[in-house]
Amino acid sequence: MIQDEQKKEIQEILAQMEAPVKLVHFTQEINVEFAREGRKLLEELSEISDKLSLEVYNLQIDREKAAEWGIDKVPATAIVGGGGVGGDGAGDNEKDYGIRFYGAPMGYEFSSLLDAIVSVSKGDSGLASETRETLQKLTEPLHLMVFVTPT
Amino acid sequence: MRLAHQFAMENDQITADCVEATQFQELASMHGVYSVPRTVVNGKGFLEGSLPETHFLEGILKAADPDANPPN
Repeated sequence: MIQDEQKKEIQEILAQMEAPVKLVHFTQEINVEFAREGRKLLEELSEISDKLSLEVYNLQIDREKAAEWGIDKVPATAIVGGGGVGGDGAGDNEKDYGIRFYGAPMGYEFSSLLDAIVSVSKGDSGLASETRETLQKLTEPLHLMVFVTPT
Repeated sequence: MRLAHQFAMENDQITADCVEATQFQELASMHGVYSVPRTVVNGKGFLEGSLPETHFLEGILKAADPDANPPN
């Protein structure tokens, strides 16, 4: 799914990664548009960098996992900081910032996904200090849902 | 989406979903999405378009709590 020229560009973007990042992907075998494409795309993406890993779960079969990650619709991908120690990202070093991508990440969503991977990998939002201060003071839940299209 | 995920990194109370509108059409129309990007805040308020950081922050806070005083 990822062409060679694209692969090179992606490699350059992912070269900015610092700590490992885990993609936790939920999918379903039937009745979901682009489920296979989405999974294949993420499999190919995770092969491009050895700091990027992928776990795939099925919404129906892995209901407990889905509940643990707050997933109620698929395809869905959580971008999780995997911690700095080697090995396969056990729970202790994980950092879930609450970042989710819904839908097979094509087009615009794909470049947002790469951005998110790099930010999570750096463990730094890159925001201005005044913005950080304001956000850090919030005590009530704030759920942002950004609707996008592929083009 | 970039700002939304950046915001989510600053506070565990903040979560950011990027939703592909053509793959989740019912959800998109439930939230009145006719043009993108639209950022829905806490399932009710919303912000249209791609905005620079400070405008996005103000817009989000206002959409989250229209009765609150603006920051500082």
